[in-house]
Amino acid sequence: MFLKNRIMLQIGVVINILTEPGSTSNMWRIALKMLFNDQAKYIGLVIGVAFSTLLINQQMGIFLGLLSRAGALIDDVPEANIWVMDPGVKNLDTVFPLRDTELSRVRGVEGVQWAVPYFKAMATVRTQTGQLESALLVGADDQSMVGIPSVFVLGSAEDLRKPDAVAVNEDGFGKVWRGEKISLGNTVELNDRRAVVVAIIKDSPKFTSSITFYTRYSQALAYTNNGRNQLSFVLVRTSPDYTEKQVTENINAQTGLMALSSSEFRAKAVQYVIDNTGIPVSFGTVIALGIIVGVCVVGLMFNLFVLENLKHFAVLKAIGTSNFRLIGMVALQASVVGFVGYGTGLGAAAMFFEFAGRNPNFAGFFLPWQIAIASGGVAAAIIALASIVALRRVLFIEPAIVFRG
Amino acid sequence: MSMPQTHDQDPSTNVLSEQRTLAVQCRGVIKEFGSGQARIRVLRGIDLDIFAGETTFLVGPSGCGKTTLISVIAGLLRPNEGTVSLFGEMTSQMRGGALVHFRAINLGFVFQQFNLLPALNAAENAAVPLVVQGMSLSKAVRKASELLERLEMGKHKNKYPNQLSGGQQQRIAVARALVHNPRLVICDEPTASLDAQTGHAVMEMLQELASAPDRAVIIVTHDSRIYSFADRIATMSDGQITSVKTKQESQLTSDGNH
Repeated sequence: MFLKNRIMLQIGVVINILTEPGSTSNMWRIALKMLFNDQAKYIGLVIGVAFSTLLINQQMGIFLGLLSRAGALIDDVPEANIWVMDPGVKNLDTVFPLRDTELSRVRGVEGVQWAVPYFKAMATVRTQTGQLESALLVGADDQSMVGIPSVFVLGSAEDLRKPDAVAVNEDGFGKVWRGEKISLGNTVELNDRRAVVVAIIKDSPKFTSSITFYTRYSQALAYTNNGRNQLSFVLVRTSPDYTEKQVTENINAQTGLMALSSSEFRAKAVQYVIDNTGIPVSFGTVIALGIIVGVCVVGLMFNLFVLENLKHFAVLKAIGTSNFRLIGMVALQASVVGFVGYGTGLGAAAMFFEFAGRNPNFAGFFLPWQIAIASGGVAAAIIALASIVALRRVLFIEPAIVFRG
Repeated sequence: MSMPQTHDQDPSTNVLSEQRTLAVQCRGVIKEFGSGQARIRVLRGIDLDIFAGETTFLVGPSGCGKTTLISVIAGLLRPNEGTVSLFGEMTSQMRGGALVHFRAINLGFVFQQFNLLPALNAAENAAVPLVVQGMSLSKAVRKASELLERLEMGKHKNKYPNQLSGGQQQRIAVARALVHNPRLVICDEPTASLDAQTGHAVMEMLQELASAPDRAVIIVTHDSRIYSFADRIATMSDGQITSVKTKQESQLTSDGNH
C-alpha cells in the first residue's frame, strides 16, 4: 500500500511537471544555457564523471583481463572438456606431475571418449640478443595434437611433427626476436637444446609469461628431461552419452586423481588468483578511489555551480517558476553532465583498450559490456548524489533573497 | 478571481480620497524572523493601501523593514499575522502553486543588482516571464524585442549582461518586469547602482510604462534624487508605516522644514 502510494505520488509529480505552465522545453533551454554558459564548471563536471567512468572501465577491464589469463591454457584447448590432475593442484601454474600410467587408467574410465597427455612446464630461452627469458613450454599429444591452439599465423600443426620443431606464440616471437618480422625457420636455445620455429600461433595471453612454445609431448619431455613422472595433465573428452559430472566423478572414484570440467578448472584457477594475490584489492582500491573522487569532484563542482546560480534560481522562483520546474531544470543539467561525462569516459576507455590492445603486454584485455553498463549506473549514482544536495538548496531557497544587494 | 476593491478613504492618512482601485492592501501585517530568544519582529502591524495608477515610494532608514514589506507584498515571504491582498485577491492566504501562478501573471520585479541571467542575452532575459508563463522562447523573445525597441535598447538585444553598462542592464531588467503586462511592479532600489542621469532615465521609463490606470508601482529607495517621480511616499521606521503622503504634501513638509 505504501509502495503504491509512493508510486502514485511520483507519477503525480511527473504529470505536474509536464502539465504546468512553462512545461514545454523552453525552461529546459534556459537551464541548458545556464549550464553551458559556465564553461569552466561544465567542463570540470564532465571531466569528473568521465574520469570516474574511465577509471572504472579501464581498471575493471584490466582486472578481468588478468583474471581471464589465469585460465588461458584451458581456453586454448576447447577440444577437451575435462582436465585430470593431481588432487593437490590449485591452479595451472603449480603442477604436480602424474605417472605416465595414469593416462591409461583414465582412458579406462567409463564415459571417457578419449584421453591424451598434456605437458606444461617453465623453460629458459636465450633470446637473439643473448638475454635469458622465462618461457612456457607446452607439450601436446603427439598423434592428435590436442593441446595446440587452433589459430596458426604461419605454419601448421603438421609441421610440429618434424625433429626439434616448436611453434611459438605471436607475442612471444616479438620478445625473443625483437624487431624482427615474424617468420619461420629461426632457431633458438630452449633449456640449452636446439629448437626450430616451424609455426607461429595466436593464443590466449597468459598470466605468468608472454612467451609460449608449443611442441609434441615427446619433444617437450626431451627439452625438460626432469625424470620419470612428467605428465602434467590428462586431457579428456567425454563420450556423447555421458555428462561431464558423471565422467569427473568416475575418474575421481577410479583413479584417485582430481578431474575437473574445463569451466570448473578455469573458475578454480581464477579463484586462486583472487584468493592469493593482492590484485583484487589493488584494482578494487583504484576503482573505489575513482568513484569517491568522482562523487567528491562532481558533487563539489555541481554544488558550486548551483550555489553560484542560486540567486538566478531565486529570480526565476520570484518571477513565478514553480519548485517542480526548478527540479526539472536542475535534474536536466545534472543529466546532461552525466550523459556527456559517461560518454566521454566510456569513449576514452574504449580507445584505451583499442590502442593498448596492440601492445602484447595488454593483449586480451577488453571492455566487457556488462562493466560499461554498470559504470553507467555508477555515473548515474554519482550525478544523483551530487544533485541531491544541490536540489535541496534550490528547493529551499528563499526567493526573497533576490532583494538582497 | 474577485473584483478589485475600490477605496474612498486612506486609513494610513485619514484623508478622504477619490474612488480609486486598490492595488495593495496590507492589514496588521506582522513578520518575525528567528525563534525563541533570537526572534526579531521586523514588521510590527503594517496597515498600508497602495492604489492603481500610482507610483508609491517606500522610504525609510536601512533596517526599518522596507525590503521585508515588499517581499511580503510580493508573496515571497509569508506574514506571521495580518493579511495582504493584491487587486482584491487575498494573496497571504494563497498556497503553493496558486501563489506562484498569481505571481507569474500579476507581478513584475526590478532589483537593485539587476539580477539578469548571465547565460541569456538581453532579449532572452526580458522574455523570461513570458517563458515562465508557457510561451515558446522564440515567440517570447520576439515580444521582448519589441519592448526593447520601445526602450531604445533594440540594438543591444543580442548582447549578454556582461557586455552592457549598468544603465543598459537596468533597462533590460525594467523590460523584464513589464514584458508580461503585470498589474503590480515592485522595484527595489532601481537607481542605486546607477548615476544620476541614467537613474533619471530609468525612472522616466518606469513611470511611463508602469503607471497606467490599471497598474501600480512600488519603489523602495533611499535615492532622494528620484522622489519627484512619486505620486505617494510611504515612510517606514522600525517596522511601522509612520506616514503616507502625496508628493505635494511631502514637498510642503520639506519646504516647511527648510
